[in-house]
Amino acid sequence: MQSLLSATNLHVRYGAVEAVRGVNFNIQQGEIVALLGANGAGKSSILNAIVGLVPTAFGKVIFDSKDITGAAPELLAPAGLTLSPEGRRVFSTLSVADNLRMGAFSLTDKDAVSEAWNRVYDLFPILRERKDQYAGTLSGGQQQMLAVGRALMSNPRLLLLDEPSLGLAPLIVDQIFELIVKLRDQGMTLLVVEQNVAKTLQIADRGYVLVNGEIVAEGKPSELAGSGSMQDAYLGAH
Amino acid sequence: MDLFLQQTVNALALGGTYALLALGLAVVFSIMGLINFAHGELMTIAGYVLMYCGIAGISFVIAVPLAITASTLAAVAMERIAFRPVRNGSGATMLVTSFAVAMILQVLFQNLISTRSQPVLLPAMLSSSIQIFGFVIGVNKLAAIVATVVMLVFLDWFMKFQKTGIAMRAAAEDFAVARLMGIRANTVIAGAFALSGLLAGVAAVLWVSQRASVDPLMGFLPVLKAFIAAILGGLGSLRGAVAGGFLLGFIEIYLAAFLPPEMQEFRDPISLGIVVLVLLFRPNGLIPSATLKAEKV
Repeated sequence: MQSLLSATNLHVRYGAVEAVRGVNFNIQQGEIVALLGANGAGKSSILNAIVGLVPTAFGKVIFDSKDITGAAPELLAPAGLTLSPEGRRVFSTLSVADNLRMGAFSLTDKDAVSEAWNRVYDLFPILRERKDQYAGTLSGGQQQMLAVGRALMSNPRLLLLDEPSLGLAPLIVDQIFELIVKLRDQGMTLLVVEQNVAKTLQIADRGYVLVNGEIVAEGKPSELAGSGSMQDAYLGAH
Repeated sequence: MDLFLQQTVNALALGGTYALLALGLAVVFSIMGLINFAHGELMTIAGYVLMYCGIAGISFVIAVPLAITASTLAAVAMERIAFRPVRNGSGATMLVTSFAVAMILQVLFQNLISTRSQPVLLPAMLSSSIQIFGFVIGVNKLAAIVATVVMLVFLDWFMKFQKTGIAMRAAAEDFAVARLMGIRANTVIAGAFALSGLLAGVAAVLWVSQRASVDPLMGFLPVLKAFIAAILGGLGSLRGAVAGGFLLGFIEIYLAAFLPPEMQEFRDPISLGIVVLVLLFRPNGLIPSATLKAEKV
């Protein structure tokens, strides 16, 4: 079966520092894939390289049978790939509705846009209530919902989530994880970077474990949880 | 009291022109982190179009839109030719580029047109005056105030309700994330330059209407003032640029009108002293930009 996304020998460098050192991975249609690893293991660098926010030093990224290595970020949302970035990064000086409107920027079909509005407002009724409010005035959890909602507005086939539960209250964290499963069940494909390993392993279909920019283990959550690689990844006993 | 009202009208007219220029600088700065010192030359280009239209006998009503179109197109060309290649450069690189563009254009004006100031034919109506509520207003002052209001309302509408305008605000706040949404960097930046060119064109028409002449260095002084106004208001903040422009206009006109004659030669130092004083109390300007960081593409 053809992968929706595959990365081959992907390298990311920041000056002399090599953050990602030749990783290979693939994502199949309709699955939740988790990228796990300690801070600085290269998880965010991989996501940012996929969407073109940081340059790919070497290697190849294929999305939907097309080579997107080094493509400009603005070309990916129209192709069906988007990222909800770490730290939410909502447009705080724009209203909630305008944030969502920007999320749908790449959609040209009017029906698709109104469908996206309904879908996101049904997923997050609170955003409908707050639509005229500045995004900067929302709580952290609401901002995270807005960040995910904004990403969903482009009707992505593959959604990359970078630390979606970071800094949120436990109740909201549960909601975010429920949402990820819900989106998968609706047919979306997701690549999730999370520091909440236990919860991520509960919902993921497959995972990759990163240490120092290299993949040291991959497999089903049950296999990963049982192996020593997880301890290595987080305790640094490499 | 009459004198005071009269000077207030003058201050509104001058402040409005500064506000339009400062807005043009702020729109580009908020998105690119570039202070475009060649903004003044966009004014000069519009001024020369007015001059040539006058010589060719083209009616002022047609000359004005031509002049504004010329400065808008020139701004877009400036971005495409001079600033796009250095977009990923440092702030200093872009700043030096803008000085280079300004100087190249000044030399071109001097060599191709004239080093000297050229008269611009204006309709006589502009230098006449009308009576409103018992006091006399010059038509050119009134036109300046009306034009400023129209431009501010237009810009507010554009930035709030037009998809491109909202995208420009989004890009000003977080360019990388805006691009993730599919907002094209080139479109947003070219749009910002086009807007700044449009504002410079309108400001040029107002500036020339007061002076009836144009020279190769015409744009330098007003843009320097607009730069001060933009800093006074809060660099990168659009509302700040408007507030700073008007405040600077008021300071200058009131000082010119009410400072005793023996103090008049200290007008500029006093005016700048007031600016420094305001910045001492509000270091980020009157209405600081919500996102001080100017993230580049």
